[in-house]
Amino acid sequence: MTEQTTSTENSVDQQHFDTLIADDSRIEPRDWMPEAYRKTLTRQVSQHAHSEIIGMQPEANWITRAPSLKRKAILMAKVQDEAGHGLYLYSAAETLGTPREVLNEQLLSGKAKYSSIFNYPARTWADMGAIGWLVDGAAICNQVPLCRASYGPYGRAMVRICKEESFHQRQGWEILYELSHGSKEQKQMAQDAVNRTYGPALQMFGPPDADSPNSQQSMEWNIKRFSNDELRQRFVDMIVPQAEALGLTLPDADLKWNEERGHYDYGQLDWDEFMSVIKGSGPCNVQRMQRRRKAHDDGAWVREAAEAYAKRQMQAAAEAAESANDNEEVSIVAGRASAELIGA
Amino acid sequence: MSAFASHDSATKQSAGNAITAEDIAGSGGKASEPVAQYALRLGDDSLMLAQRLGWWISRAPELEEDIALGNIALDMVGHARFLLTYAGSAWGKSEDDLAYFRDEEEFRSVRLVEQENGDFGQTIARQLLFSFYQYELYSALQSSQDQTLAAIADKAVKEVEYHQDHAAQWILRLGLGTDESKRRIQEGLYYMWPYLDELFADEPLHDELEGIAVRPSTLRENTMKRIEALLAEAELEVPKVTQARLSDAPRDGEYSEYRGYILAEMQSLARKHPGAKW
Repeated sequence: MTEQTTSTENSVDQQHFDTLIADDSRIEPRDWMPEAYRKTLTRQVSQHAHSEIIGMQPEANWITRAPSLKRKAILMAKVQDEAGHGLYLYSAAETLGTPREVLNEQLLSGKAKYSSIFNYPARTWADMGAIGWLVDGAAICNQVPLCRASYGPYGRAMVRICKEESFHQRQGWEILYELSHGSKEQKQMAQDAVNRTYGPALQMFGPPDADSPNSQQSMEWNIKRFSNDELRQRFVDMIVPQAEALGLTLPDADLKWNEERGHYDYGQLDWDEFMSVIKGSGPCNVQRMQRRRKAHDDGAWVREAAEAYAKRQMQAAAEAAESANDNEEVSIVAGRASAELIGA
Repeated sequence: MSAFASHDSATKQSAGNAITAEDIAGSGGKASEPVAQYALRLGDDSLMLAQRLGWWISRAPELEEDIALGNIALDMVGHARFLLTYAGSAWGKSEDDLAYFRDEEEFRSVRLVEQENGDFGQTIARQLLFSFYQYELYSALQSSQDQTLAAIADKAVKEVEYHQDHAAQWILRLGLGTDESKRRIQEGLYYMWPYLDELFADEPLHDELEGIAVRPSTLRENTMKRIEALLAEAELEVPKVTQARLSDAPRDGEYSEYRGYILAEMQSLARKHPGAKW
């Protein structure tokens, strides 16, 4: 193939892609797509999957100590849902051409990132409430627009994930509601968890728009529909009345209604801390990665056994098919012979 | 594609907590003292196993197993909630009163479910013995004259059928997989085997509950026949080990060293705030 035909083909493909994007249609796995689009999506979808997987840890920390059996059941179901979300998302990422094993390797080697919020500790039961209400709440604000993302498998995975996330958020809110209407110690526990989670939750939307150079391209590709700051604002507007209903305060002295803008103003976030946690100096970065690697390493012999067994089964099936084939050949020959006999 | 993906039954979602402990609490049915004692035994087994299995969530060999083991643990919490709620109806106690505010010696679980998770092989060995036993138990309990127990069994047996299938598939994979997996699952079976007798031990309590409770000794033959057939298929040996000693009333007096640790962890938060709502 000459360079010229490649570029002609590419430009036809590119035009088709551009038209699909302009029409706000969906790109599907078999469609041609620019390498940069594929790369951006693979990174985004796999980071999202990794976040689900690492995000299981702070909550799994309370499964054995949940203070009632009902809460234990809900928490187990929730962490299990997160594993499920990880699975859908890895599958969506695989349709872009990178196998799950490779994506997992990127997580384990530290090459790939996950949401920085999971590098903070879940010290008390109230963190189960704060994670549900604020972390899942922020995730929902981020993810609802992603249901319309231009890449089909991602958008469709997000529809299902969002349904479950909104259930999780409600459960988190309910945990905090019980605590904030309980004893003095319980209310204090709830307030403390909200104080610790508020800032990092607001940072889940990413850096301010001015410092987020990749966002523009993602918006042009209809992957992202709103800017980081727009989504953050939407989230703040949503949680302020919810916090009031809980009887808890949000740890932000600058938080107040701005009549003119029709939104709540909020204070400066600590972006230095955000960057340093991303770079590895959060309270739990090492712990989270070590736990994931250990689970992976400890499970190696199990995965090898499953593979060896599957291979053995396939071989047995192939041998059975072969011997069935032999029998079939015999019967075909026999059939022909009898056809000849009757003069067909 | 992962080798796990081709066997979907392990990860299938079961009905979960479709009927609720609240339904049982709200039904007004009050268990008699012996029925409550019986329900307590079955509920405590499920609760202890749920505590053990819940640990695997976020630590399993593959995501599909985080989900599968989590699902089994969740079913176990569900069964515990029904059974403890029903038991508590005899004494005016809630499921949480019984789960969080009884001491070690007041629990009635068998030692098998209290055993440590160990590696995945050890956990699967425990799953094999317990799920096969529990399947026989709930199948029989479906025809209990006690309507509540029969209803709980009716729901639980469908879930336990999946647990049994999950265990069986892993026994085959590990037994016929690699040399290492064969060694590990065989070791796991040796570790768990001494606690089998207790599953099938009759107690004086069962004499009082003719037609209501399932007499454990009647479950042995079917359970063991199926377990031994599976082990033969997986080319694993039936462990030749002495059974752990039992007293005349096993569940009243015998329990493992692990129980104290399991409860210390499980009850820590609830006991720090007695009377609190969550």
